[in-house]
Amino acid sequence: MEPLLSVKNLRKSFPITKGVFGRKVGEVRAVHDVSFDIARGETLSLVGESGCGKTTTGRAILRLIEPTSGEVHFEGKDVLAMGAGEMRALRREMQIIFQDPVSSLNPRMTVGTAIREGLTIHKIAEGADADARVRQLLDEVGLRAEYATRYPHEFSGGQRQRIGIARALAVEPKFIVCDEPVSALDVSVQAQVINLLRDLQRERGLTYLFIAHDLSVVKHMSDRVAVMYLGKIVELANAEDLYRDPTMPYTQALLSAVPIADPTVEKKRILLEGDVPSPAAPPPGCVFNPRCHHPAKDAACTVLNPPLEEKAPSHFAACIKQPPTAISWDEQVKAGGTKPPESYFPVVEQLTRQAADSNPGALA
Amino acid sequence: MAAFLARRIAQGLAVVMLVATTVFFLIHAAPGDPFSASMENPGITEGVRAAWRHTYGLDQPIGEQYVHYVASVARGDLGFSFSLQRPVADALGSALPNTLLLMTVALAAGFFIGIVVAIAQVRRRGKPADHILGAISIFLFSVPDFWLAMLILVAFAYWLPLFPIGGSVDPVMHDMMGSGARALDRVRHIILPGLTLALLYFPLIARHQRAALLDAITADYITTGRAKGVSEAHLVNRHALRNALLPIVTILGVAFPALLTGAVFVENVFSWPGMGRLIVNAIGSRDYPLLTAAVLLGSMFVIVGSIGADVLYRALDPRLRDEL
Ligand SMILES: Nc1ncnc2c1ncn2[C@@H]1O[C@H](COP(=O)(O)OP(=O)(O)O)[C@@H](O)[C@H]1O
Ligand code: SF4
Ligand SMILES: [Mg+2]
Repeated sequence: MEPLLSVKNLRKSFPITKGVFGRKVGEVRAVHDVSFDIARGETLSLVGESGCGKTTTGRAILRLIEPTSGEVHFEGKDVLAMGAGEMRALRREMQIIFQDPVSSLNPRMTVGTAIREGLTIHKIAEGADADARVRQLLDEVGLRAEYATRYPHEFSGGQRQRIGIARALAVEPKFIVCDEPVSALDVSVQAQVINLLRDLQRERGLTYLFIAHDLSVVKHMSDRVAVMYLGKIVELANAEDLYRDPTMPYTQALLSAVPIADPTVEKKRILLEGDVPSPAAPPPGCVFNPRCHHPAKDAACTVLNPPLEEKAPSHFAACIKQPPTAISWDEQVKAGGTKPPESYFPVVEQLTRQAADSNPGALA
Repeated sequence: MAAFLARRIAQGLAVVMLVATTVFFLIHAAPGDPFSASMENPGITEGVRAAWRHTYGLDQPIGEQYVHYVASVARGDLGFSFSLQRPVADALGSALPNTLLLMTVALAAGFFIGIVVAIAQVRRRGKPADHILGAISIFLFSVPDFWLAMLILVAFAYWLPLFPIGGSVDPVMHDMMGSGARALDRVRHIILPGLTLALLYFPLIARHQRAALLDAITADYITTGRAKGVSEAHLVNRHALRNALLPIVTILGVAFPALLTGAVFVENVFSWPGMGRLIVNAIGSRDYPLLTAAVLLGSMFVIVGSIGADVLYRALDPRLRDEL
């Protein structure tokens, strides 16, 4: 079946300018060749450390940021080729929930006005009809209908995020980018908001691109998970597969940091050494090479650009040292390689498998 | 709100008193006194001057003079101007409206230019036009007030004699004009000083407005609006400008003292018969009561302006309204 959303080789770089006349002195490679499909009703999670380009990806798909290059198709329509009018009509289908529930609501608009605006722009409802819809939406996200006349600052973080969700739902979209919708919230309300999003998805048949900076949040939310590092997707697999057999060394390290609720399981952590390199000066070859702990890592990793390839059925990872790989040993040797690829699944695997079995339903 | 106002007014009164006191002692400490100028007149002997000093109490210790001054101001008596030979209250009463008129014109023009420049800059943010406008703003902001005033005077009243050289009305013809011609006469006289003052402080407005607009335009709720499908024009006009105009209200409080200082120089260059000229003349002639009263009035205006801006800001921002 045709995917609802298809993203191909999406790129976005921000110029770094200097001086009075804004001379361009470099660029930040925020998103670099990101590709994925999302099927109807599916949740694809996009996970990675802060600054790896998740927000930019989400916004570029909705053209809230103009992508530098690449392709985005929504229901077969070429999103990047659309004119302003078509694009605004498409806003009805594709929505976004922002990470920061404080700044994403206009402080000088009442909650009701903010939710209503989408309804009137897209001529979904007007007058008393619109008011009724606003009340119904507030109710649907678990807020009192009277809240419509209040201003955003009168609400708690969790309530504001519910307002943000109601606002996004108002136009009855098919697809929603949830950009770290719970990261700014207290742990105690995170689960409530996640549950709300899941319920809404079930009731309305929504498709989500769910962005998070840590794997624990998305575990029970996602059908598939894409792991991002320095503007690239480095692993993409069904959630279950990814948590059980993390293949890309970066994913392995991330998963080793996911806390396990079961105190009897001893946790071995792979410590990531050093900082994430600057996206303005990404390392050559595999972007993860300066911090990689794969035993077969060698000079070839600093030269060759690992493609995102299928390591197991529907399980994609970008690592030239995890077999199978299309980058032949000859090529690796030519690039200075000294250690042949070898399967490497550190203890994390065992631990996460146990954790998954012993601890269903835990969110954090 | 009442508590807030009371606190601000108390603070303001303290500042006004402090300023007036400082000016009182400073001007008395300056060499010479109101009668120094008469030294050039050989008919007036030192004895006469001593008698005058005695009449006005200037021979008393400065502390005593200060107490007397405070007491008379408290009674509502601002004293008598030596140099103008009329009550200080009268002199202020005729100068103040002229300054207020000049400041109002400059305020309106400055806000208008400032906001238009800021919008132009933000629309072309990061492009050469943005930087050029920014550079012009900084230039005008750093240029000495009197220098710009003289440059404009020379340019538009002398090289290109489009406007009168000074004053608030034509000294000879004004009284003989019909009402329409009088109004035009006033307008022609206020354009140069008003424009100069506006040019001097619009950069303040433009820079703040630009920052506020940039803040607003990159704010997440603008992205939210865009995500809803709100058109770009509507986004700037309804969502961003509304939020970005608010910080400008606080600038009113800052702009007021800047305007008043600017007015002192501009009024003198353009011989505008307002508070600025009054103050400079009062300093030159060591007219103690006139100067102190003028400064007292000026600082009161500054305080009132800033309290007014605060109140307005609170009234406009729903987040602060609750605290009123
Ligand atoms: N408007 C922008 N201008 C310049 N650089 C940006 C801009 N937005 C994001 N970036 C840079 O792009 C990179 C990715 O940012 P982002 O997509 O926000 O990451 P994430 O959402 O994963 O934390 C970061 O290095 C960030 O500094
Ligand atoms: S390609 Fe090399 S550096 Fe990159 S993850 Fe694989 S082993 Fe590590
Ligand atoms: Mg982000």
